[in-house]
Amino acid sequence: MSGLSRRGLFGAAGAGTAAAGALALSMAAGKPAEKEPHASDAYPYYGAHQGGIVTPAQDRMHFAAFDVADGIDREALIGLLTDWTDAAARMTQGGSAGELDAMSGNYDSPPEDTGEAYDLPPSGLTITFGFGPSLFVDGSGADRFGIATRRPAALERLPHFVADNLNPSLSDGDLCIQACAHDPQVAVHAVRNLTRIAFGRAVLKWSQLGFGRTSSTSVDQVTARNLFGFKDGTMGLRGEQKAMIDEHVWVPDGADPAAEWLEGGSYLVARKIKMQIETWDRAPMREQENIVGRTKREGAPLSGGVEFDQPDFALEGRGGVPIMDVDSHVTLAHPDHNDGVHMLRRGYNYVDGNDDLGRLSAGLFFIAFVTDPRTHYIPMQSRMSRNDLMMEYLQHIGSGLWAVPPGVAEGEFVGQALFA
Amino acid sequence: MIRSLVAPVLAAGLLLTTACTDNTAASGDARTMSVKASDTACEVSSVEAPSGTLTFKVTNEGSKINEFYLLGEDGLRIVAEVENIGPGLTRDLVLSAPAGTYFTACKPGMVGEGIRGDFTVTDSGEDVGPKGEDAELVAEADKQYASYVRDQVDQLVTKTEQFATLVKERKDDEARAMYADARVHWERVETVAESFGDLDPQMDAREADLEAGDEFTGWHRLEKDLWPARAEGYTAMTDAERATVADKLVADTATLYDRTRDMTFTASDIANGAKGLLDEVATGKVTGEEEYWSRTDLWDFQANVDGAKVAWEGLRPLLQRKDSALDGQIEKAFASLQALLDKHRDGEGFVTYDKLSEDDIKQLADAVNTLSEPLSKMAGAILS
Repeated sequence: MSGLSRRGLFGAAGAGTAAAGALALSMAAGKPAEKEPHASDAYPYYGAHQGGIVTPAQDRMHFAAFDVADGIDREALIGLLTDWTDAAARMTQGGSAGELDAMSGNYDSPPEDTGEAYDLPPSGLTITFGFGPSLFVDGSGADRFGIATRRPAALERLPHFVADNLNPSLSDGDLCIQACAHDPQVAVHAVRNLTRIAFGRAVLKWSQLGFGRTSSTSVDQVTARNLFGFKDGTMGLRGEQKAMIDEHVWVPDGADPAAEWLEGGSYLVARKIKMQIETWDRAPMREQENIVGRTKREGAPLSGGVEFDQPDFALEGRGGVPIMDVDSHVTLAHPDHNDGVHMLRRGYNYVDGNDDLGRLSAGLFFIAFVTDPRTHYIPMQSRMSRNDLMMEYLQHIGSGLWAVPPGVAEGEFVGQALFA
Repeated sequence: MIRSLVAPVLAAGLLLTTACTDNTAASGDARTMSVKASDTACEVSSVEAPSGTLTFKVTNEGSKINEFYLLGEDGLRIVAEVENIGPGLTRDLVLSAPAGTYFTACKPGMVGEGIRGDFTVTDSGEDVGPKGEDAELVAEADKQYASYVRDQVDQLVTKTEQFATLVKERKDDEARAMYADARVHWERVETVAESFGDLDPQMDAREADLEAGDEFTGWHRLEKDLWPARAEGYTAMTDAERATVADKLVADTATLYDRTRDMTFTASDIANGAKGLLDEVATGKVTGEEEYWSRTDLWDFQANVDGAKVAWEGLRPLLQRKDSALDGQIEKAFASLQALLDKHRDGEGFVTYDKLSEDDIKQLADAVNTLSEPLSKMAGAILS
């Protein structure tokens, strides 16, 4: 790929260095040594799978959901996806959104790139595109793009879970973009420029900024903490667990005869989960640890050991009561209690300022990539929303499900097989 | 088994170990002790400490679940304890100890008398309050709170039956007048009622709390039918539907009655219950989410505050001895919150939630925070 650098200086120097990331450390061996993210990191855009899934989770995210504009037909949609693909291929390598960089071009025209990332390196940027259920059949039942018959059976709006309090303006969308980077300005630059490219063809419906990755997707990463102060996602899949990733993340061949185009892709589940920060902060340490099922300091299961040790759900404490509460977050989320399913989690903390009552509007922007939401998310969330002790301090306020097409080959656009 | 076989030997071993150990713990703080608990030993880094707030950092280095106790001079009275320490985990036991003679004890496997050692608290001159009556004060608080819970549930039973009858007879004006008044008794003991995971969703779930296929029953089902104004495209309940829901509510209340007859409460239950009631105010009532159809949130608000206040009052004698400054802070915050609530009184009850301005709501929320913060520290203070 060509990839004009944003400033014409960085070029391909950083490309690929981090992508080769070491597979050395075994999680079972104890604490992994954190591999420092580098500004020069650039992950290849083209490949069998889209970036931003098994890529080691960057520290920052800008997620955006779009609706295709009225009057846009199949050809115009393909045009948008082509333009998005080209821009994403350039930006992920540290280049600009357009063919010309932010400081070049006709002096009487606005620059093709908005410029705020001009001096910044690639910063590990990945851009991941997804297709929502409403792209296939819209709210009025119309098949706007002639693709309804190719909708995957699993791609349906998520059901209402117990205690959901979803805000329609924070939920769903025909298309989604997950932009992740080490530098928030680089992630925001990507979404801003893709939004600009879409004007007249797709409308930004809602978006979310996230920081402090709450998931580890590489064995090189230490488990980060969520805003409750606990390590989050200890049991989540890591990119190096190749066989597990094949089984639990990618859509396998033959999964859905109507949707062969999705093979090698995945499903992205997004949930905006508001945390009742103030009341949580008043909960005794004993209650906090009991709710989570892990120690706050180390993240070790309450049944003993260290972070990556398997919890012993049968171990009885005082009074014959299981030492891991049967309704603790860890107990309910554990693969042992979910038919052995695993998720690749890629969530972020968020703080959207505060509400009218002076409380932080904060929580977790949960993202998971799964092979099939019907087996890998919905059953677990149904149980958790009903029984998880943590629900007292949580409220799900946004939701969405998108099919994530497989990776793009040079000269193709994202999701091309859907329109073939 | 562990007691008879291992403990005496190890108690002796412990003395030897500790005799060689410097009195000051690794942290250099004479009031912080580390405890290495294994399946066969209980090594405390020091055998004495000056009176005041002591911290034992207990690490379970064994393979069994362990516990650590500080026992009184008689070897029976539990001064403080930490239970359920899984293998490899560390737990802190923090307590306020006056001068005296004590025993430390690890209990690997949670059985027997434990592996004991002598422990002395020397007089540092700091006032840590008299000891010994605490247990009586806790017992008294339990008695008071348990009887409060029973009394509230008694009244709930009576008023729920009356309310159910009015609903079934379609005396809607009277039912609406009775609704908030009856629910007050639920809200006053809400954290206790909610502890019954099967009853709470049947009796007090809001519609959004359900998922497809769940039956919507309980107070809020009837609330919606009595105040359908905000419900879009709502179909009123038939007589038969009303009777089913009303009868079930009465039956569930009777079950709640049976289950609360013999309940007992620890100091921690009571203190955290008070905090929990204020959490209920903060998350449901001050936002107007609880009584979405009837807008009677302020009745619930007051009832939650009432319940929290009774809990605090029961623990006051203990709290005043342990931390009188915290008690004073709580007293002041209750008074300010009550003064604010009183501004919104209307006759026997309150104005409806929709009559509150944004400013009113913000003031109430601030007052709830002002009270919740010290209240959340009450359990820790009385248990130290």
